[in-house]
Amino acid sequence: MNSTTALVEERNPTDWHSNAMQTRIRKRYAAERRFKALGLGAIILSAGFLAFLLIVMVGNGLRGFTQTELPVEIDFPAMTGGASASQFEGANGEANLRTLGVRDIVNTSVEIQYGDEGSALFSGGGWQAVSAAILSDPDIVETKTTFYLPAESEIDVAYKGDGSALAEAKVTELSDQLSTGFNWNFLSNSDATDPMQVGIWGALKGSLITMFITLLIAFPIGVLSALYLEEYAPKNRFTDLIEVSINNLAAVPSIIFGLLGLAVFLNLFGLPRSAALVGGLTLALMTMPVIVISGRNAVKAVPPSIREAALGIGASQMQVVFHHVLPLALPGILTGTIIGMARALGETAPLLMIGMRAFIATPPGGIVEPATVLPVQIFLWSDEVNRGFVEKTSAAIIVLLLFLLTMNALAIYLRNRFETRW
Amino acid sequence: MTELLDSTSSSESSTMTDSAASAISAGDGPLKMTTRNVDVFYGEKQAIKDVSIDVTMDNVTAFIGPSGCGKSTFLRCLNRMNDTIPIAKVTGDITLEGEDIYAPQMDVVQLRARVGMVFQKPNPFPKSIYDNIAYGPRIHGLASSKDELDNIVETSLQRAGLWGEVQDRLQDSGTALSGGQQQRLCIARAIAVDPEVILMDEPCSALDPIATAKIEELIHELRGKYAIVIVTHNMQQAARVSQRTAFFHLGTLVEYGVTSDIFTNPTEEKTRDYITGRYG
Repeated sequence: MNSTTALVEERNPTDWHSNAMQTRIRKRYAAERRFKALGLGAIILSAGFLAFLLIVMVGNGLRGFTQTELPVEIDFPAMTGGASASQFEGANGEANLRTLGVRDIVNTSVEIQYGDEGSALFSGGGWQAVSAAILSDPDIVETKTTFYLPAESEIDVAYKGDGSALAEAKVTELSDQLSTGFNWNFLSNSDATDPMQVGIWGALKGSLITMFITLLIAFPIGVLSALYLEEYAPKNRFTDLIEVSINNLAAVPSIIFGLLGLAVFLNLFGLPRSAALVGGLTLALMTMPVIVISGRNAVKAVPPSIREAALGIGASQMQVVFHHVLPLALPGILTGTIIGMARALGETAPLLMIGMRAFIATPPGGIVEPATVLPVQIFLWSDEVNRGFVEKTSAAIIVLLLFLLTMNALAIYLRNRFETRW
Repeated sequence: MTELLDSTSSSESSTMTDSAASAISAGDGPLKMTTRNVDVFYGEKQAIKDVSIDVTMDNVTAFIGPSGCGKSTFLRCLNRMNDTIPIAKVTGDITLEGEDIYAPQMDVVQLRARVGMVFQKPNPFPKSIYDNIAYGPRIHGLASSKDELDNIVETSLQRAGLWGEVQDRLQDSGTALSGGQQQRLCIARAIAVDPEVILMDEPCSALDPIATAKIEELIHELRGKYAIVIVTHNMQQAARVSQRTAFFHLGTLVEYGVTSDIFTNPTEEKTRDYITGRYG
């Protein structure tokens, strides 16, 4: 006791202006500055990566939305032997067009204009554009019309500045005739072997259907699980086990879910291979734990005083949950759902396991028809040898990113709507 | 502190007999709720030991005592809010109008409508003022038409002394009101379901003196219409608003009686010590 008192008395008054103190202050300021600089550096670095990614993607990808075209003049009256416009109107229009043989007409016109080897300059699908043009405006079959048809893939790549020597030579030869047009086919076609004819619509539609199924299954089950676990389930060892399992599920590599989907949905239930239904179910398994975890956190964050208030005036447990807890937790639940859905949208690996990597040349007409999704399509195109696919891959990535942004924007809108209502 | 604990345990047996006796003596006027030999356990720990109190219709009953003495716990037994705590166990008899509220056939949802509660911190729903009041009547089906509901909302707000302040902005959020207004909104919300008893758990501890005065005034006005039980750690408040006071200490009921007697002439030494500020 005595020694402590002695120590306290011996202590000198602190000199706040001593050199040691000043050094400490300088060190503290330096540490603050260092930390700020590091943080700023990290932000700049990540923003730089993001900007680089976007610039490269947009730079490459935008070319994927355009195509190189060559003019072809088709003298319909001479070629068809005087077909009349009325033949191609109404219900029989398509059948009559088929008997007309548009493909041969286009090929002949091309050979007249560009010589015997002319067909090699064009992509195979040009005649389809001509057919579509006749159906939408039959009057042109009575006239001489010039069409701008997509050039062959190598010429397209060369004209855009990245081609082989042979194609470059052809481009120089044809330079005054080549032009660039918007590639509408890219938005309306599906996968094809010719990069000039591929389109994103099939994969986009597949993604839409798959996401819809994922949401339809994962959201209600995830939210109900979260509500039950937080509001009803007793806290014991069994529920602890469930909680740990759900946390583990959220961390399981996605390809494992693919194997699970393969084993359960395809082999056990016998659902069709490559179908959006199976893809959606598999991704729902993957998304559900994310929704449960974020949902539980959102439910936990609702202040207990609100529950007490409702219970205090005689609301039943279910009324408390559905009138008060769920509406207050919904913004948080939605945020978690969107994070899960965004992850599911970009997922490739599990879908490869259930056969969604097949070559699908027509957009899926339903949930059990063969389909592919955007990331798988990107993966498939990136594997192609033909150089024409490089820019298509980038273009598909842009479509995927736009899809993602739209989804996030929708989520933010919904979240704000629910937040302002309360 | 150790001395205090020792004295408590030694005098426990005498306290229990006294409290049981005073429970009967303080019960004049029509009885609303009775409690007999109530024990509350949180797991292994006993929070309430053998408490017997009568709540009468015409008197405001105040529970006072130092922090952790169990007065809030006991209050929450009266509308079974302790049910929400899984480890809480309540034994003994608690009746409302002669009905055992812990009987299996008692519907806890209806009980809580009959025994309303106002909490320590104002907790309006994040909804409009109108919806805050209308929520209870809606879930219990107390109004058959929109007009009737409007009427309930207006009378409830009037009884809570809030109508004049909010009648022009019933659609504004309840959380936008000041703390005192929010607490009166919570009282109006409790009144709206037409309860028989209103339990108030330190309703003024989060409010400034002016808002506190308004709530106390309101309690005076509500007296007689509802049986009111108020928990407070403010002794002056207990003296001002109540006609019956129960003093709790370490989970036991030390003394229960007419408020003026408790404050001027307590029979128990512990009550006297607490009231004169020797501990608490």
